[in-house]
Amino acid sequence: MEFDGERILDGINLYFNDHEFLTLLGPSGCGKTTTLRIIGGFLTPTSGTVTFDGKVINDLPPYKRQINTVFQRYALFPHLDVYDNIAFGLKVAKLPKDEIHRRVNEMLEIVSLKGYENRSIDSLSGGQQQRVAIARALVNQPKVLLLDEPLAALDLRLRKDMQNELKRIQRSTGITFIYVTHDQEEALSMSDTVVVMDKGRIQQIGRPEDIYNEPKNAFVADFIGESNILDGVMLSDYKVRFFGRVFDCVDAGFNPNEPVDVVIRPEDIDIVPANQGHLVGTVTGITFKGLNYDIIVEFKGFKWLIQTTDYHSVGSVIGIRLNPEDIHIMHKSEYSGLFGDYSSYSAEYDELTEDAEDEEE
Amino acid sequence: MKRANRFITILIFIFLYIPMAVLIVASFNTGKDITQFQGFTLNQYARLFQDSGLLKLLGNSLIVSVLASFIATAFGTVAAVGIHNLNPRMRKAAMTLTNIPMTNPDIVTGVSLSLLFVFVGTQLLGQRNSLTFWTLLIAHITFNLPYVILNVMPKLKQMDSSLTDAAMDLGCTHVQAFFKVTLHEIMPGIVSGAIMAFTMSLDDFVISYFVSGLDFVTLPVEIYSYTKKPLHPKIYAMFTLLFLLILVLMVAMNLIQLYADKKKTASHRAGM
Repeated sequence: MEFDGERILDGINLYFNDHEFLTLLGPSGCGKTTTLRIIGGFLTPTSGTVTFDGKVINDLPPYKRQINTVFQRYALFPHLDVYDNIAFGLKVAKLPKDEIHRRVNEMLEIVSLKGYENRSIDSLSGGQQQRVAIARALVNQPKVLLLDEPLAALDLRLRKDMQNELKRIQRSTGITFIYVTHDQEEALSMSDTVVVMDKGRIQQIGRPEDIYNEPKNAFVADFIGESNILDGVMLSDYKVRFFGRVFDCVDAGFNPNEPVDVVIRPEDIDIVPANQGHLVGTVTGITFKGLNYDIIVEFKGFKWLIQTTDYHSVGSVIGIRLNPEDIHIMHKSEYSGLFGDYSSYSAEYDELTEDAEDEEE
Repeated sequence: MKRANRFITILIFIFLYIPMAVLIVASFNTGKDITQFQGFTLNQYARLFQDSGLLKLLGNSLIVSVLASFIATAFGTVAAVGIHNLNPRMRKAAMTLTNIPMTNPDIVTGVSLSLLFVFVGTQLLGQRNSLTFWTLLIAHITFNLPYVILNVMPKLKQMDSSLTDAAMDLGCTHVQAFFKVTLHEIMPGIVSGAIMAFTMSLDDFVISYFVSGLDFVTLPVEIYSYTKKPLHPKIYAMFTLLFLLILVLMVAMNLIQLYADKKKTASHRAGM
């Protein structure tokens, strides 16, 4: 897909299965909305094909596709009330009045907006408008529902409620949902399949667990959750060397002595007394996060983020142990060296801890 | 400073409205001389409504204004939608092209339209009398179009473009989406464009003077020929009524605008 001569999407190859909840996840400008607009029929790809039930639909206009969309800012019709907004698609399709009535009422039930039929759009809250937008799309019984960051405008609590609501609606209707978001937590908790995108390219496709546990490159590892990413060398299958030490790991299939990126999730690291550790480092920052402490530990000039439930004061020397399954090995990519170093992060942490110390004095 | 500002503002309004006040007062004057107010009367209004000649001219003016503004509104709205859908550079070029006729001196527009009509009428259609009601109507539509486009464009720009996407997503063709959604959104702009076109049309003299024939003359053109001799006071009465009509239209236009803006901000607030 090119736009004004600029390549927005490159080599996107995606299969959508029936009844699936699939999420396109990526930072803004990564091409996820463009992908959605191509599926919806609002953009025609400059090359490649869009296939639906075995038929190429590149040139099929949106109004002929069995696909409906929930737009980013809802795009409800301000001159119509709730009922007429939901009935819009059915009226355009010229369905009999009693059927329209039945189906709209059914939808109002599903999105729990019974009694709001005659309310004007302006009088609804953001969450209610959101639900009208979902009802307006779903009432047409599409085969696929496209959702373009539908929860972005809602506050955190409402967003959590709507996430559950959407998941429930998807399960009960069995409609394929294609969901676009930049919120990795949202993507992991709702989806059957997550597609991580960046710079117009698909970085990884997989189940949420696989994406989290087996990220393909430094970008995915960093975008999904927190990661310490280190340079390493794969000596042989199940043996990796980094920080001058050889560790056992569970990955295989690399070339002997291949340079690799090593991912270690902050929550997987076990803290032990200094003399028992694989590596020994100095705590340079600590932040209380509620569930845990985020501590920044310096190992030979490289700062790691470690999550722990125990307090470790700044300046204390600790050891860490890494189990083979805590170490994840990735091939080098264009993203290597860009992510996963908490050195710059630590300035922020230092400031915070200084404040905390001041309070203690 | 603030007081000086207020004083100047009041002064400006006096300058703007004193001529109208003189006219209105004159229309109620019993005497013929506008320099002396001799007593209050509605006689001039009575005489105005007995003068079938003047009423016919007023009728002519209203027919042309209503038809011209109506047709210009329809064409102008379609044109605005077309311009809006162009790419940004083309859009800018198109807007400049539509704005030029507005700043063009009326007399130039009038003469060039007149030349065109006479050329087409006599050379191509073989008419003897080429300036008619139709040429007048076409001329009025022409100079009304930019005002309609200028009023509709901002509404199109303000409109959330995903609304038309949503309509098409729900099964509308382009045309259906326009009538079911876009039209409702830009209606305030269309109405104010129509009102503006109507008032422009109603008081146009210069262009009408060059493009109207003898068989169909509008009020301003005819009155111009009166001014060589003293005006009859019943014409003051008619001007007063016209002034009030325009005033009512302008107030209505502003109220519509205000209402639309209020609705917009209300919906934005709800969206937050």
